[in-house]
Amino acid sequence: MSDIKYLPGKEPHPREHRLIFKNIDREGWDPSIDTYTADGGYEQLKKAMAMEPGDITTEVKKSGLRGRGGAGFPTGVKWGFIPPKNTKPVYLICNCDESEPGTFKDRYIVHQDPHQLIEGMVISAFAVGAHTAFIYMREEFPEAAITMEKAIEEAREKGYVGKNILGTGFDLEIWVHRGAAAYICGEETGLIESLEGKRPYPRIKPPYFPAALGLYMAPTIVNNVESLCHVKHVIEMGGEEYAKLGVDRNTGTRILCVSGDVQKPGYYEIEVGKMTMRELLNEVCGGPLEGRSFKAVIPGGSSSKILRCDETFQIGRGEDAKDLSFWDIQLDFDTLAACGSMAGSGGVIVLDDTRKMSWVLNNINHFYAHESCGQCTPCREGSTWMKKISDRIVEGKATPEDITTLEEVAYQIDGKTVCAFGEASSWPVEAIISKFRDELTADTNENNERLSKEQLQREMFLGK
Amino acid sequence: MNTLENNVASPTTPGEQHFPPFVASDDIVALADERITHYPESKLSAVLPLIHIVQHKHGFVSKEAITWIAEKLEIEPMKVVSVVTFYPGFRQSAPGKFHYRVCRTLSCAMAGSYELMDQICEITNIDRSQLSHHHPIVVSPCGNYSVEFAECLASCGTAPVCLVNDDFHENIKPENAQDLINKYQP
Repeated sequence: MSDIKYLPGKEPHPREHRLIFKNIDREGWDPSIDTYTADGGYEQLKKAMAMEPGDITTEVKKSGLRGRGGAGFPTGVKWGFIPPKNTKPVYLICNCDESEPGTFKDRYIVHQDPHQLIEGMVISAFAVGAHTAFIYMREEFPEAAITMEKAIEEAREKGYVGKNILGTGFDLEIWVHRGAAAYICGEETGLIESLEGKRPYPRIKPPYFPAALGLYMAPTIVNNVESLCHVKHVIEMGGEEYAKLGVDRNTGTRILCVSGDVQKPGYYEIEVGKMTMRELLNEVCGGPLEGRSFKAVIPGGSSSKILRCDETFQIGRGEDAKDLSFWDIQLDFDTLAACGSMAGSGGVIVLDDTRKMSWVLNNINHFYAHESCGQCTPCREGSTWMKKISDRIVEGKATPEDITTLEEVAYQIDGKTVCAFGEASSWPVEAIISKFRDELTADTNENNERLSKEQLQREMFLGK
Repeated sequence: MNTLENNVASPTTPGEQHFPPFVASDDIVALADERITHYPESKLSAVLPLIHIVQHKHGFVSKEAITWIAEKLEIEPMKVVSVVTFYPGFRQSAPGKFHYRVCRTLSCAMAGSYELMDQICEITNIDRSQLSHHHPIVVSPCGNYSVEFAECLASCGTAPVCLVNDDFHENIKPENAQDLINKYQP
């Protein structure tokens, strides 16, 4: 990788391991197919098309690749859920509805390196037997939709997309489908409903995976942009070799998107689990801003539970049980899960000592109240109630009782909805209250007027 | 048609002068016909793309446009309405000639996006207090500008960010709001 030059000021940190982001901010790089093929592009497609589709899935399973969209589900296993006796068409959907607050990795792939995604998609479609693929592009990426469509057209001209790809008789059409600014379309069954031309109400589970019943009631594989790009590298390196990157059960590289109160926010592609929080925040991101100190970190997009920088976690069981300080957390799926949070989509939001947690909580609550699709009552009503209560806290009109009410509302959403949005909206509330209760309580006042039952009902049901 | 009359309202805004009223012109029909071919399984799937095509040219989705899309896709107009009214990306009234969408979510808010919004409103003579959950878009009296708070535009590392029509701008500090507005002269 040493011969690759990057734009001045955009050089990767020495601790990075660039696989997916190899071409991002590269000097002399553009999104055209010529640039991509001159750099060895589409070679892995040729290699993959010479393999049996089943063997590609086996390689992806061996690689241990876990989905990069949020849930961290093994990609190869997901592919394996297509019913073996299926006679319907299979669809592949690339989830490019990147909208989890704090996440900004897919943006750079679809703007700067569209052919990497196309190559990954064609390989994946070949593996699962899909002849139609969609890229569900969020509406807020209008430029990327154009770049992507142009790239697909270029690939079609060269015979990498379309009929009889590389003379193998395999057909694949890829279409870009633009969303319309709804966060819920990132939920895979909501996305499918949206692609069918309806309101994106997530579907009831089971079936737990659209691989059984998805788009047009046919088997459908929905993968994140970054996950599909990784497939290309799995083919290049071989599953076993790829699995040597990262740590046990948390293989490969992943892109961490750091934003908020650090010296150097940005995207950093690291080997999963090979870096600790201390190294990420102090070494790679250059530490806190002048005269400030770190207070808390949201480690995997706004819906993941917040971690205090002075926290210690008890992880493991039996003989493996140990205490782990916040600073020693390894950035992988399992360690963050053991600490009660999640690696999610890789969006790390850093908060320093100047931030008031009531303000942070209120900002997050506004997001979820705006984005709830309204299908399930606990989430539709609850997310708005939580917003209104946190509004009161921020405005200094809340009583200490309101904190308890807020917590109760959150626990009545969690686990009671069709999709994971319920958890996504309630986890930040639960975590911020449990970890910063004193600070939130300090923003309330015993003597503030308690809302009467009638006032509460008015506020809850009729708006302000 | 009566149901549609009763359910679809497009309040007039000063932005309307910048957008032609909807007609099923040849270019729109051609774009729509091409898009429909992407979804051989179900024409209904083309409803979002068709709304995008209409909104891009005409600024918003009017009753006439809804009727046309429904006829084109052989579906009930109410199906189109249910989509238009759900997605925050679809508008039922004209925005300004330059539509500013400022990211409101955490990382951008921490970097000053609310102050950026205040600045844009002040410079463009928009009454900031009119912005609310139920009125997400406010158009300036001259019709040249409109503002909206967007939820996470996925560029948190370069906060604060905003979209002006289809152009993306990053690292826009509130004090640079005037420079941004100067880039778009009516």
